[in-house]
Amino acid sequence: MAEPGQVQGSLRNRLAVTLIGGAALLALLLFFVVRSYAAQIAQQGQDSILTASVSSILDAAVLRDDQVEIDFPYAAFSMLTTPADDQVFYAIYRDGELLSGYADLPQQADRAAPKQFQTAQYDGKTVRISTAARTLLGADVRTRITVSVAQTQDALSETLNQISTNVASFGFGFFMLAVLLSFWVSSVTIAPLKRLTTSVTRRGPQDLRPLTKPVPSEMLPLVNSLNTLMRRLNQSLSQSEDFIAEAAHRVRTPLATVRSYAETTLQRVDKEENRQALRSMVRAIDESSRAAGQLLDHAMITFRADHLEHEDLDLGDLVQELVQRLTPVAEMKDIDLVLQIDRPVRLIGDAILLQNAIRNLIDNALKYSPSESVIEISVTASPHPQVAVRDQGAGFPSDEIADLAQRFSRGNNARGTIGSGLGLTIAQDVAAAHGGSLTLSNTAGGGACVIFSV
Amino acid sequence: MRYIFCLILALWPLALSAQNWEDRQIFRGAALHDTAANTDAVQLRILSSTDTAFFIPIIRRFLADRPSVSIEYLVAGSAQIDHIFRQAPAQYDLVISSAMDLQFKLTNDGYAQPIEDLVTPDWAQWRQSLFAFTSEPAAIVIRRADFDGHPIPQTRQELIEAMRARPEVFRNRLGTYDIRRSGLGYLFATQDARASETYWRLTEVMGNLGTRLYCCSGDMITDLANGKLAVAYNVLGSYALARSETASALTVVLAADFPTTMMRTGFVTASAPQPELAKEFIRHLIRVQTQAVDPESFLLPPLIQSQITPAQSTIALGPALMTYLDRLKRRMFLKEWTRAIIR
Amino acid sequence: MKFLLVEDNPDLAAAVCVRLQLDGHTIDHAGTISDAIAFSEIGDYDLILLDIMLPDGDGRSFLKQHRDQKRDTPVIVLTARSQVSDRISMLDLGADDYVTKPFDHEELQARCRAVLRRKAGAAQTVLQLADVTFNPVAGHVTVCGKAVSLRNRELRLLELLFNAPGQIFPKQKLVDRLFSYDEDVSANAIEVYIARLRKHLEGSALKITTLRGLGYRLDHG
Repeated sequence: MAEPGQVQGSLRNRLAVTLIGGAALLALLLFFVVRSYAAQIAQQGQDSILTASVSSILDAAVLRDDQVEIDFPYAAFSMLTTPADDQVFYAIYRDGELLSGYADLPQQADRAAPKQFQTAQYDGKTVRISTAARTLLGADVRTRITVSVAQTQDALSETLNQISTNVASFGFGFFMLAVLLSFWVSSVTIAPLKRLTTSVTRRGPQDLRPLTKPVPSEMLPLVNSLNTLMRRLNQSLSQSEDFIAEAAHRVRTPLATVRSYAETTLQRVDKEENRQALRSMVRAIDESSRAAGQLLDHAMITFRADHLEHEDLDLGDLVQELVQRLTPVAEMKDIDLVLQIDRPVRLIGDAILLQNAIRNLIDNALKYSPSESVIEISVTASPHPQVAVRDQGAGFPSDEIADLAQRFSRGNNARGTIGSGLGLTIAQDVAAAHGGSLTLSNTAGGGACVIFSV
Repeated sequence: MRYIFCLILALWPLALSAQNWEDRQIFRGAALHDTAANTDAVQLRILSSTDTAFFIPIIRRFLADRPSVSIEYLVAGSAQIDHIFRQAPAQYDLVISSAMDLQFKLTNDGYAQPIEDLVTPDWAQWRQSLFAFTSEPAAIVIRRADFDGHPIPQTRQELIEAMRARPEVFRNRLGTYDIRRSGLGYLFATQDARASETYWRLTEVMGNLGTRLYCCSGDMITDLANGKLAVAYNVLGSYALARSETASALTVVLAADFPTTMMRTGFVTASAPQPELAKEFIRHLIRVQTQAVDPESFLLPPLIQSQITPAQSTIALGPALMTYLDRLKRRMFLKEWTRAIIR
Repeated sequence: MKFLLVEDNPDLAAAVCVRLQLDGHTIDHAGTISDAIAFSEIGDYDLILLDIMLPDGDGRSFLKQHRDQKRDTPVIVLTARSQVSDRISMLDLGADDYVTKPFDHEELQARCRAVLRRKAGAAQTVLQLADVTFNPVAGHVTVCGKAVSLRNRELRLLELLFNAPGQIFPKQKLVDRLFSYDEDVSANAIEVYIARLRKHLEGSALKITTLRGLGYRLDHG
């Protein structure tokens, strides 16, 4: 399998976290803004009642015989009733001299132009003070009456607490909604990336065409790089394919020359020791070319097993073609290849790999079979699609059956027969890549039986 | 009964003795009755405007469960209480008074401490500090003998007409609070004046006929009983009914037009030497008036229980109570009242 | 048989030519695709042996051209590649078979016969010696006009002897021709096949004579 890439964070999580963080910030902001706004409004409410109280007292002020009389209404204080039973304090001054009320109630430093509202500490409590003044004109007197009314803020803070609680739960609800939205948005945003990944993953191993599906503009550089990479990969793959082909050609062609000459010479030479040498030469050439071929095959199979081509094929047709191809070789040893196919065996798989694997099995059977024997090849569909190859040779050494399919291992009785250990390994790898297995056993008559199932 | 209650009239040799108390009694728990001179005992000092007789069953019941507690019960006029208390607030654990306005102002001025876990109707408490425990209407008490053959007036207007009809009977035989001296009298007067102009007309009629002014309900009822008075206006009906020897001779009329109703209130002082015990006492007060199982244990009219909100004529506990306590307002009100009633 | 060998490597080409001529075949050699096309247009070949990597192009382009011209001369590809996919694509392009270099000449000839046999209608040589006829491609033998069925090795032995009547074949030479090099057989293994062949030839004028210490010889008449 391909090496998994290094992971550092997740784009989706980062997006979600950013959105959620933003939402949390907004929720907090909302909380504070609404709270301070509510505080302002509540304060305005208290202020307006205090103002009404102050003005109802001021309005009642009259100057009678230079004496100030203030017969203020009962409502001046009753309007200050609150559910929290807030305390009420007041002070009435005439030109800076206390006429009535609480002498120690904080007064404005600037008596000439008092601020209308003031928040101060009185008797250990925070009070809101509203102050107003009025000038009274008598016959020959001019006097200034200043009235301050103060109230504690218990009801105000109760209201504020209640608003805070409401706003907090509203903010939390908003935040939760935003969290849900964030997840939705982040998955929607990440969807094109997922689609791209899927379309790349679904491609066959040979498919190195550039990606042409439209993508969001932010992903275009990635897709462009990917396309460039694939183009280079394609180039380098075909280059190395050409290189391997060229190398094989360079090696195999001289080998073929040598082999041909050796064979020709063998026919012309009479002296037995020279003939023996030539035969060894031919055997060595055969072995080296076969080993090289199988090594390349095995490498190719290992590569392809990671990226199986999935095509619908008929196992029977595939084996039949192989048998036909191998018949001339079998005939040279007077060996009969008997093929039995009970019915079409459809399966999804990689034709090239399957062909290679089964050819290796039949090749092996041909190698180990004696002249004028029969090799039975049967293709069956149930329980799993499988190909069984039975020969009439010496069979597998019983103590080595388990090891036989291991790479490069060779049976004891294979001495003198050109390399075949890799053939079984290839077959087993192909079977495993298709989710199947390779089973080795000996038949009752003593021959080898290999069952390749997928 | 395991406990014996002692009623001791002590002669306390302290600076307080300079004070001119209407009454002063010390109640001791059962465990203390033999050690009269024990000064280490936990003592609760209650400053009250209510006659001792009304509080004896309440205090006894309280001490029944607390044998090692003693209570000093000090009685003064409602206006006096305000004066006495403001001079030495740390010497008293509880202040109980019928002058709602003065009680309210004391609480507003921060002299009371809250009892957070006490559950009472909203209208019967203020700032969880000032607690009402009675509902007592101001009554017109009539000496029945002087109305023989004449209808008993049911409203202030009828009273005015009755007085105008037979001025010779009522001349100098009318009584009411001297609101300059009585806090409760001032409260009733200001609330009456606020409610209706009839009050001033009545006051003027009473002034024309000649009215005796009293400091306390008790004295007025005594003078009604002995015939010095024919009518007493704005008397606490409960006091009249409580005196069995007068009950037959007097008729208590609650003015049908607007019976001004006062609530007796109490609070634990902010600087109470025994705050927990004092709170216990307030809880006890609320409990006994609520239960009312034993009519003998609570002699005062309990809070109106049938209604969620008090009757409209009940004086509300709120900042408005401070209106007539204002120096300017009080001066004006007293000036007008004096002009009306004193000829 | 007449072969066209398309192979750019002169050494290999020479070796293959020598080897095929030794078996009595006629063989022309082309080193490039253009030569091969020129040869195939004039010569009447039984078979074309085609190398894939050529100096002026890919053998596959020759194949395509060859098939496009509707020539049915069988083509056997000589490939140096071992990739299965390469072999398959070769067959898809119209090659009749392929052998991988380096190849066994016996196998090559077996494949040639198999290909020719499949191509019914291709000219087939029937050899005759005394009262025995022999078609080496189809593997048909008649003795005194009667068809006889021979197995593959018997046919190949008969072919060897038929091609050179009167010539002495040492046992070991026959073994080398009939058995593959990875078969571990003794010289005496050939006696079984001589005995079978004699039995098949019973009644005819052809006789296989044993020359003690030298080998075998086909005599007729």
